Amino acid sequence: MASKIAPLLMRTAVVRSGCRASSSRVVQNRAFSVAAARQSDVLMVHRNTPDNNPNLPFKFTPENEAIITEILKRYPPQYKKAAVMPILDLGQRQHGFTSISVMNEVARILEMPPMRVYEVASFYTMYNRTPVGKFHVQACTTTPCQLGGCGSDAIVKAIKENLGIKQGETTADGLFTFIEVECLGACVNAPMVQINDEYYEDLTPETTKSLLDALKASVGDASKAPKPGVQGGGRDTCENSKGITCLTSEPWGVETTRADL
Amino acid sequence: MLSRTAAPSKAAKTIASRVTSSSIQQQRTFATVNEGDATPKRTYGGLKDQDRIFQNLYGRYPPDLKHAKKMGDWHKTKEILLKGHDWIISEIKASGLRGRGGAGFPSGLKWSFMNFKDWDKDDKPRYLVVNADEGEPGTCKDREIMRKDPHKLVEGCLVAGRAMNATAAYIYIRGEFIHEAAVLQNAINEAYADGLIGKNACGSGYDFDVYLHRGGGAYVCGEETSLIESLEGKPGKPRLKPPFPAAVGLFGCPSTVANVETVAVAPTICRRGGSWFAGFGRERNSGTKLYSISGHVNNPCTVEEEMSIPLRELIDKHCGGVRGGWDNLKAVIPGGSSTPILPKHVCDDQLMDFDALKDSQSGFGTAAVIVMDKSTDVVRAISRLSHFYRHESCGQCTPCREGSKWTEQIMQRFERGQGREREIDMLQELTKQVEGHTICALGEAFAWPIQGLIRHFRPELEARMQKFAQENGGAALAGGWEHDSREKGRLTSPGM
Repeated sequence: MASKIAPLLMRTAVVRSGCRASSSRVVQNRAFSVAAARQSDVLMVHRNTPDNNPNLPFKFTPENEAIITEILKRYPPQYKKAAVMPILDLGQRQHGFTSISVMNEVARILEMPPMRVYEVASFYTMYNRTPVGKFHVQACTTTPCQLGGCGSDAIVKAIKENLGIKQGETTADGLFTFIEVECLGACVNAPMVQINDEYYEDLTPETTKSLLDALKASVGDASKAPKPGVQGGGRDTCENSKGITCLTSEPWGVETTRADL
Repeated sequence: MLSRTAAPSKAAKTIASRVTSSSIQQQRTFATVNEGDATPKRTYGGLKDQDRIFQNLYGRYPPDLKHAKKMGDWHKTKEILLKGHDWIISEIKASGLRGRGGAGFPSGLKWSFMNFKDWDKDDKPRYLVVNADEGEPGTCKDREIMRKDPHKLVEGCLVAGRAMNATAAYIYIRGEFIHEAAVLQNAINEAYADGLIGKNACGSGYDFDVYLHRGGGAYVCGEETSLIESLEGKPGKPRLKPPFPAAVGLFGCPSTVANVETVAVAPTICRRGGSWFAGFGRERNSGTKLYSISGHVNNPCTVEEEMSIPLRELIDKHCGGVRGGWDNLKAVIPGGSSTPILPKHVCDDQLMDFDALKDSQSGFGTAAVIVMDKSTDVVRAISRLSHFYRHESCGQCTPCREGSKWTEQIMQRFERGQGREREIDMLQELTKQVEGHTICALGEAFAWPIQGLIRHFRPELEARMQKFAQENGGAALAGGWEHDSREKGRLTSPGM
């Protein structure tokens, strides 16, 4: 009820003075009116910035328009909005990140309320609603990666030292953005990072460093881009790195089919 | 009471004979030798290459149609389709296949729910939704299927779709799997071009489409109703059941959600017969399974093995053993992050199947074995999982949204030993309050690892608290406050 009776200013003034009075006596860890700063997660709400506001125009390129027509064919015509995720992804690929203009344009194309698009774009972690660097380094730090190989702690340390940034930051040259993410589903090849669309697996601090160097070099010369997948050492994909333990004999084919079929 | 050692009929006979023989002492003859241990004790594991379904698991051949056909895919698919839905479902039921996505529900039964009474009088489309949103920490089996054996999945969609009379299949692949999605889309295009799916699929007169949909990086979309929501273009927040998806599912039409591995093994089961598949593993846990073993083993790998294989054999045979030998083992998470952790003494003779792991108060889940050796900080490992679940909770229902955050905060304190011993019981109670009170299974998923930790590693938690007390001049007050907070005039709650 207090909220209805007391004007906002008065209440804040009381709280503030109360806080100050108590804090002059003892230093409390934090006042309960202030939420703890959260470094790891992105802001849930939109704030207009010069590079991300509704007045900036956004249009899909003609090639992407054709892809959108293709995408829409996959879903029932009365459920056009089912295509919101693939089209937002397309917009992100064209624009570099999912700006508010991209979301508004998607809403216009799919004839759905913009709020419904904002809901989707803020729910899924793969839509970057703030600009990211040219290389979006996403290191998996969930338990299997934390345990496997040399451990993701060493990889995260190597990335931070190499790029000189903390988690959630972008390098000054705008090349690298580094974040820690949750399980990326390559646990057998732990530890691993995802950079843009590619997985780089079985990492060590040394291969991490050479990987980042190769990416830096690939800006000027595309042929220097590193090979995605397993980085060095014994295997190509998910098999035992000391030699496969099964599937060594000739594959079976149609001869096993039952007679009565 | 039914005997554990004899079949019911045999047990009845034993009882009957006991009743009649109570007066006369029965002599044991040669004929009765068979009554006790007639069948030799069967061991599991050691699957042979000719019984492995996913032959291209290690990428021997490119994932194209030509090589898939060479390995027996798309062989006599038309004949399978023409046998009709009852035949396919009876084969799957005979094979004893249980859902490979974690819950282990019998697949034949689940698929048969789609063919309810008067289903053919309804002109609505019907969908098979394939759950390729593989996000459970530790699990990386579906990825290998999709990037190396995609035709098994596409053919599986057609066969499973025919069994439930679906008109189309949507494969919901997790957004991060961009390479896998490209390989799978390529396989779908090949199948369309070859007339294997689409109008008049395989020449059987049955029309069937397969579409690929990429997700956006949300673990909770692996839950079936949440996956449907996501596919409809909404935030992936689970729906209440009932209505079950078989009645009202994707786009309001009857649909069934099935895991990639479940769908991908269906054509091979139909071709080689349900009894072949049922021949592996213990009763009610039959079949072969993809195991992905990660963590502290010498050579982590994904491997297809028989169900009910002993855990130790799985690790020693295929992964080069635990780092530093079996005696260096501390604990194992047997089925993906949401199953409770098992200490070494349980792992020593643990069989890997649904029922055996349930008996050990854990779960089979997705058969993603996470191994931890003695160097592991097991509290930190579980605390990291709590962080994962806090991050991935969709925030729709309160027990999960708040509970996952509280447990994360408490676990982070416990990592340092900053707490009271009775808070361990509080944490246990908290997880029990969440379990079963949430819309989807994510509530259980974050509660069970913590319960497992408390069940088996309580002394470790307590030792950590005692160490913290020694180093800081007193045990922390409940809530993590310093021991002398009250003397300093800080606002701790009463009764600490």
